[in-house]
Amino acid sequence: MNQRLFGQRVQRVEDPRLLSGRGRYLDDLGHDALEVAFVRSPHAHARVVEVDASAAVDVPGLVAIYTYDDLDGRTDEPLPLLIPHPTLTHGRTPYALAKDEVNHVGEAVVMVVATDRYVAEDVAGLIHVAYDPLPAVVGVANARDGATLVHNDVPGNRAAHMVQEVGDAAAAIERSPRQQRLELAIERSASMPMEGKGVLARWDADDESLLVHTSTQTSTSVRQAIAAKLSLPVDRVEVVTPDVGGGFGVKIVHPWPEEILVPWAARRLGRPVKWVEDRREHFISSAHERGQLHEVEFGYDDDGRLTGLSVRFWHDNGAYTPYGLIVPIITSTQLLGPYKPTDYRVEFDSLYTNTVIVTPYRGAGRPQGCFVMERVMDAIATDLGLDRADVRERNFIQPDEMPYDHGLTFQDGRPLIYDSGDFPASLAKLKALVGWDEFAAYREQARADGRQVGIGLACYVEGTGVGPYEGGHVRVETDGTVVVSTGLTSQGQGHQTMLAQLVADELGTSLDRIRVTTGDTRRFKYAVGTFASRTAVMSGNAVASTARKVRAKALRIAAEALEASVDDLEITDGAVHVKGAPGSRIELGTVAVLSNPLRYAFDDAAAAATPFAGPADPDRLPVAEDDEPGLESTDFYSPPRSTFANGMHAVVVETDPDTAEIRILRYCVVHDCGMIINPMIVEGQVHGGVAQGVGGALYERIAYDEAGQLVNASFMDFLIPYASEVPVIEIDHLETPSPLNRLGVKGAGEAGVIPGSAAIAAAIEDAEGIAIRAMPISPSELFALRQQRRAD
Amino acid sequence: MTITPGADQVHDIVLTVNGVPYDVCVPARRLLSDAIRHDVRMTGTHVGCEHGVCGACTVLLDGKPVRSCLIFAVSAQGADITTVEGCLRDDGELGPVQQAFRECHALQCGFCTPGFVTTISAYLDEHPEPTEAQAREAIGGNLCRCTGYQNIVAAVLRAAEIRRGEATGADLS
Repeated sequence: MNQRLFGQRVQRVEDPRLLSGRGRYLDDLGHDALEVAFVRSPHAHARVVEVDASAAVDVPGLVAIYTYDDLDGRTDEPLPLLIPHPTLTHGRTPYALAKDEVNHVGEAVVMVVATDRYVAEDVAGLIHVAYDPLPAVVGVANARDGATLVHNDVPGNRAAHMVQEVGDAAAAIERSPRQQRLELAIERSASMPMEGKGVLARWDADDESLLVHTSTQTSTSVRQAIAAKLSLPVDRVEVVTPDVGGGFGVKIVHPWPEEILVPWAARRLGRPVKWVEDRREHFISSAHERGQLHEVEFGYDDDGRLTGLSVRFWHDNGAYTPYGLIVPIITSTQLLGPYKPTDYRVEFDSLYTNTVIVTPYRGAGRPQGCFVMERVMDAIATDLGLDRADVRERNFIQPDEMPYDHGLTFQDGRPLIYDSGDFPASLAKLKALVGWDEFAAYREQARADGRQVGIGLACYVEGTGVGPYEGGHVRVETDGTVVVSTGLTSQGQGHQTMLAQLVADELGTSLDRIRVTTGDTRRFKYAVGTFASRTAVMSGNAVASTARKVRAKALRIAAEALEASVDDLEITDGAVHVKGAPGSRIELGTVAVLSNPLRYAFDDAAAAATPFAGPADPDRLPVAEDDEPGLESTDFYSPPRSTFANGMHAVVVETDPDTAEIRILRYCVVHDCGMIINPMIVEGQVHGGVAQGVGGALYERIAYDEAGQLVNASFMDFLIPYASEVPVIEIDHLETPSPLNRLGVKGAGEAGVIPGSAAIAAAIEDAEGIAIRAMPISPSELFALRQQRRAD
Repeated sequence: MTITPGADQVHDIVLTVNGVPYDVCVPARRLLSDAIRHDVRMTGTHVGCEHGVCGACTVLLDGKPVRSCLIFAVSAQGADITTVEGCLRDDGELGPVQQAFRECHALQCGFCTPGFVTTISAYLDEHPEPTEAQAREAIGGNLCRCTGYQNIVAAVLRAAEIRRGEATGADLS
């Protein structure tokens, strides 16, 4: 018997290639392509008066300079609004090149194509763009005030206004024995993958077709967008996602201006054209997230049970809204976490500012929602003098209440119904892991040693495996190799390994015979993309289901060849045989040969399928009416709604009494993503998420000045944690299967980042005895809070 | 003196990468990272920031780790350059650091990985028996956005173990 690979710490099949320098990332392709640089706006808000390229036209190596006026067909229209919503009454999207107004520093105004990037940048530096600067709107307060407008036709800078309410939150708060009101803020951060974006386009004039490589999280949708914008039949465009050096959300947005402009220029010039984003471009023109201001009112009883919860928040969506309202909708629904207020109201405004667009970054609105809810829990505990874990426990949805319907609409347009989870069990595991009940003694000991320590915890629930669907294709080649493809893309999550494990279990083949391709529209045309921790749920179930169909066909063909009953057969080590009689076997590759009746023998194996190879039944069709040639199949998985993973983090911090330096001493995670396909990969995802959570809590912030200049647009100034800043992460798992899919899996990709700011804020508050209401927090900000407390 | 953009004087130089000399013709301003990637066409070395902070482009120059995005190709003439491709064993199998990365799941997207592999290889040459704290310190100049570093620290220790096993002939697998 083959060992079942589901649940095993299987080493990744991707790694030998990536480790030996044989990865193929976007800039590893197209060495001879023309290269692109952009002239980008230095102003946050301005009219574009004139573009003067006269000083640049004689530079050797220059091929073309394009402005908005050169755009033709549908390339001169605004880029698409990807996810419309009835409350997004004032959605606005940019042009591929600025038409007559720029709305953030970094917006592309002129495209330069040259023999290489050095020359393209020389040319860009010689092009003079005259601007008429306009006043800039920066930050939520400024946008909400509405005195200055980002878009003249959007009053109050308000793109959208949305309310969801279950029950009557105001009345519930009013009649509660106790009430509080908090103002809570989270600042901007960004995905910041190590590889920026990039596009390579090759136009085949003879075939009138485009082959585009792009560092994206959705190749199928980029394909549709390019075909639409370039007015090409969709079947003349193929989009391939090569190895991608991280995404974390920023690469789900599409088409980026460059994803239209580079293919457009390649067709126009009849030559391969490539653009590779540099780090400064990434900071000032790719998406950010997280910036929100929240006001929350809530009521509770004397035991700490939450009654009414009313949340009002303002979401800074940046200059445009190509990705709709996904981030604030997620905040407004996922804020509830594992808790069940009796009445809930949430209202938000999505506001324009003259800054880079805001679209999902790993966690996508959940870190903000978790911060709000967990601060509420801590505020209740503080007020009542109760243990913070006890307050949470009293507010948990209980396992016997699953599935739990919140009565709200989630980001996929479907009801917010938790499918499963055991929050009390998770909390018990976390308390044991971190030593929650022993912390008081540790604190006393630390105090005696002149040290100041604190502990905090935070819980979250994360909707994962968002629909509408994904698909899989599995084919057994005549040499026994199994080729697998799914349409969504990979950015380092080990999808090839995870999917190969599932196929290996179904087909009884070893991993080294399975080759998985993701994100290549030449191989699979129908897909949605990689976001919302959805690959294991969506493509996992689709590919497993497809492999089961291939297995059934293999058994049927083999049963005939072996003159046995299907029920008596099994597949192990890549061959079908009668159970208990491994001698009577037929290799899967041979089954594949038999599945495809041939006329011509192109090799020895194929000869077995030719017309005179053996006895044939003249009354039977070579391929039955309900059958197809080949040992292959395609299937799809479409879920009724999202599946909900959950987790809880506990953090111990030490704060320096003099310098206010904040040091994480311990970081503990209990994580429940349903059944785990590969624990090694899941733990890796949690580690990476926690590191981004720590960064978002203590170090990273996108800093705009009043004029809309991004003042820390480099890795020198935007502080991504190094190894010295990320603590050792201790993990325990709970596996509560999802009842929504056959594998029982939930998503795991984003989880680690969600409760970081909430848990670390709680720990700092515990150490300092100072209420923490805004994150991230720096030592100097903590120092200022101490000064303020002394002054009060 | 006037500078005419795009018309830089080019230089014929020899870059010795992983023991093999390559004749390349580059402008004086061409970065070593670009020359390795696009002139020698060995693309294992990656560029993550082009201002020397992330470390993805780290190569070894005469055995010492350097940021190839902060060095001009012309100034690397005469040096022995080692890239991630040069960290493989002679038979093309993964070298000790690469093998340890796979065993410890120390990479996800793999973009920063070549810079870690070269950095750690050089570190272990001089510090064959690091403690966990020293292992963490050794990778303290490289950014990774995927892994949270924990498994990279483990990989440094595992690579040291593999190398020691090879030095003594012991089987530590």
